[in-house]
Amino acid sequence: MATQQNSEIRYLTPIAVDVKKKKYCRFKKAGIKYIDYKDPNFLLKFVNEQGKILPRRLTGTSMKYQKKVSQAIKRARHLALMPYVADLLK
Amino acid sequence: MVRQYETVFIMTPVLSEEQMKEAVSKFQKYLKDKGAEIVFEDQWGLRKLAYPIHKKSTGFYHLIEYKANPELIAELELELKRDERIIRFLTVSLDKYAIAYNEKKRREKETAKSEESKS
Repeated sequence: MATQQNSEIRYLTPIAVDVKKKKYCRFKKAGIKYIDYKDPNFLLKFVNEQGKILPRRLTGTSMKYQKKVSQAIKRARHLALMPYVADLLK
Repeated sequence: MVRQYETVFIMTPVLSEEQMKEAVSKFQKYLKDKGAEIVFEDQWGLRKLAYPIHKKSTGFYHLIEYKANPELIAELELELKRDERIIRFLTVSLDKYAIAYNEKKRREKETAKSEESKS
């Protein structure tokens, strides 16, 4: 009888199970159709602190909009609205 | 076929106010003479550049939105390239979403302005 009781492991505190938060494409969700290259403050969300474009796997952006984001960032860089290389951008 | 385009160019900060206006009006005139229809214009003024261009850290930004034939773009870009007051330029053709976005932004700006003048 004692062995049966021990078979079920009980914890004092519930163990933390990683609940993965589902990523979503913010453009699809918000219905944004055009990404403006003239708005560097918005584009700053899609680069790391060195000014590199963040991958889709981190931001959750869909392929369709990732292309537009990268295009917009590259245009902003050409117009010196965003840096090509930076240090401590954020 | 007429398409809508948007050109942003950066002028050197060494220009005086008058020289700058002269440069802008030159391109306005150029566009009009070639049969383009200017839809919107915006002067961003003196802005800091994210990185130095020709050893300058600031520049005058100017935006022109216009309707033109695609053949005109190459000529305009050549003209911009030849002008040494222009240090950088970018021409983008606008799709229907971009046109809608720009119009929405303009309307928002106008309403903000009218509210400001009321209060």
